[in-house]
Amino acid sequence: MKFLDEFRDPDIAAGLFDEIARVTTSDRGRPWAIMEVCGGQTHSIIRSGIDQLLPGTIELIHGPGCPVCVTPIGIIDKALAIAALPGVIFCSFGDMLRVPGSRDDLFRIRSEGGDVRVVYSPLDAVNLAVEHPDRQVVFFAIGFETTAPANAMAVFLAAQRGLTNFSVLVSHVLVPPAIEAIVTSPTSRVDGFLAAGHVCSVMGTHQYGPLVDAYRVPIVVTGFEPLDVLDGIRRTVVQLEEGRAELENAYPRVVSDAGNLSAQQLLTDVFETCDRHWRGIGEIPSSGWRLSDEYRAFDAEARFGVERVDAAESALCRSGEVLQGLIKPHECAAFGVECTPRTPLGATMVSNEGACAAYFQYRRLGPEPVPVGIS
Amino acid sequence: MSVDLAGWSCPLPLRDHTRIVLGHGGGGKLTQELVEHLFLPAFRTDLPSPLGELGDSAVFELPGGAPRLAFSTDTYVVRPLFFPGGSIGDLAVNGTINDVAMSGAVPVALSAGFVLEEGLELGVLGRVAEEMGSAARLAGVPIATGDTKVVESGKADGLYVTTAGFGLIPDGVRVAPGRAAPGDVVIVSGDIGVHGIAVLSVREGLEFGTAIETDSAPLHGLVQAMLAAGNDPAETVHTLRDPTRGGVAATLTEIARAAKAGIEIAESALPVPDAVRGACSFLGLDPLDIANEGKLVAFVPAAAADAVLEAMQAHQHGRRATVIGRVVDEHAGIVVARTPYGATRVIDVPLGEALPRIC
Repeated sequence: MKFLDEFRDPDIAAGLFDEIARVTTSDRGRPWAIMEVCGGQTHSIIRSGIDQLLPGTIELIHGPGCPVCVTPIGIIDKALAIAALPGVIFCSFGDMLRVPGSRDDLFRIRSEGGDVRVVYSPLDAVNLAVEHPDRQVVFFAIGFETTAPANAMAVFLAAQRGLTNFSVLVSHVLVPPAIEAIVTSPTSRVDGFLAAGHVCSVMGTHQYGPLVDAYRVPIVVTGFEPLDVLDGIRRTVVQLEEGRAELENAYPRVVSDAGNLSAQQLLTDVFETCDRHWRGIGEIPSSGWRLSDEYRAFDAEARFGVERVDAAESALCRSGEVLQGLIKPHECAAFGVECTPRTPLGATMVSNEGACAAYFQYRRLGPEPVPVGIS
Repeated sequence: MSVDLAGWSCPLPLRDHTRIVLGHGGGGKLTQELVEHLFLPAFRTDLPSPLGELGDSAVFELPGGAPRLAFSTDTYVVRPLFFPGGSIGDLAVNGTINDVAMSGAVPVALSAGFVLEEGLELGVLGRVAEEMGSAARLAGVPIATGDTKVVESGKADGLYVTTAGFGLIPDGVRVAPGRAAPGDVVIVSGDIGVHGIAVLSVREGLEFGTAIETDSAPLHGLVQAMLAAGNDPAETVHTLRDPTRGGVAATLTEIARAAKAGIEIAESALPVPDAVRGACSFLGLDPLDIANEGKLVAFVPAAAADAVLEAMQAHQHGRRATVIGRVVDEHAGIVVARTPYGATRVIDVPLGEALPRIC
């Protein structure tokens, strides 16, 4: 199938594995630590088993790029508070429904009578607001630069139509400040980054040049299919072995240097940069977007008076260290015991893109391939 | 392997839900827990009952040497009522026929119960009834009795259908979840994920263009053809299941648990049509988790595999039947897939509803 098969071809993959093994030296005393930033890449790596097949001289560290995982618990609690209000239709992408707040999740709010709806596009929420003028429709606008343009468009359209019963609960986060926070952290082991291809399809690649120059760290813009990920790893290793630190685009079929200019213009109009708390990681300066002054009237936090709702994390959950690449999911004592997809303690166990969920789903037999073959 | 497999899942009672959530009906772990911790204890009886065996249908020994009876029921709440290639009507007929057929039985008759919402257009009900009738005639299994109730407007989503059915198990046939054994070959009767994607493609808010139609079909003819492929039906087919809710992943996991054996499948051997793969890619779903309606998964002794496969491919509902894996001694209760790159991953039951990813 076009655009799928050619990026999943096992023979080409075998060639890339060989090439990666060939260019990687083994006498450095420790493996090259490469962080894939995006949760979609983590999912692809674990699902296809790329991490099992790389030479021991390369370690993949799973980054903070799962939008569900890094949305702070305080925002989840605000969402739960709003969703429980009578007269509210609370709209969200599906995988936010099971993310635990400090006590509940949106599924439970729904089972207790809250009108919580899964939508596939924020524009569906705008349409709901048009169809239900007597109800307040709230959209849960979370995610990285990838989801932001559609969310901005929803707010833009609501303003254009003069909708007074539509608002958004915003918790947008940005990739470049997160990379900077990781690379400057004293505990970081990351030697190179696979940047998130779809974030770059919106924002372009130019934001990453300054990071490469300032911190002498290779950044390779990488896609999501197995061959995309392998090519990103190969290019990163080649740079590291040659002592180079450059910005490379390994996903040119989707990402241009300039990105999507009309999306960027809309984002600039609707949002403004703010400091943002990342679940499990903490406050990162200038790492988020909130509504700009012009669109502040659509802010659900102000409309429903939930600015002061705040909450604490589970003491057992070490998702923060997972998100920063300091530990692997199975190294957390709660993994698979107190914390399962059924009873998640942290958001990393919830989303398909969360590293803990990916490990639980695909790696319960341990990190190595199962040593039996299909004849 | 140093990992304690038994310690991984935590089938605790329904401790953290005090109300029903949608996931309880999703066919995944939450459904299993509801059955195991709420229904089974409540329905406990001293009378002879196969309830705890949790097959697709209950199998009864009748006195006096009569043929064994297979008995099953299912409730249909599909939305929308009509979708590419089918409707709630033919699902309700074929689904229950298949549940009966998965014990190796020849279905005899069905019942149909309707919950109708006040305000439902008679034309809609008429169309559903017509499609049930024609599916029953096509399958050769009559709808022999029924019941109708009406609830107030807003209390139901148009209409719900419950069907029950029974069938007779031919002499010598012994098909059960627990009979799958190491060495058995795992066969799927055709392309997977088709029904679920056909329904999703017309669901409100998610309409996307696709050429695929539901695979809903009665499978008892295919099952009898498979059983006839060997001399001894008991050693021709060990286990059958139709991978509806929860998809092939849930079916394989349930059989692995019931048989206390491991299952290994080759991901590259799975017959996934392009339209299903494409839709799953952009929705962030796994074809293994997607519901099927006219497909079965068979566990067949290796010695009979070639003959059974040949019989399947000669039948109209099994033309694309193919081997996807085998039962192994290792990792009892767990299903492992070998990826096209030579790595492995664990296949698990989805928790509840499949949740499309954010991005």
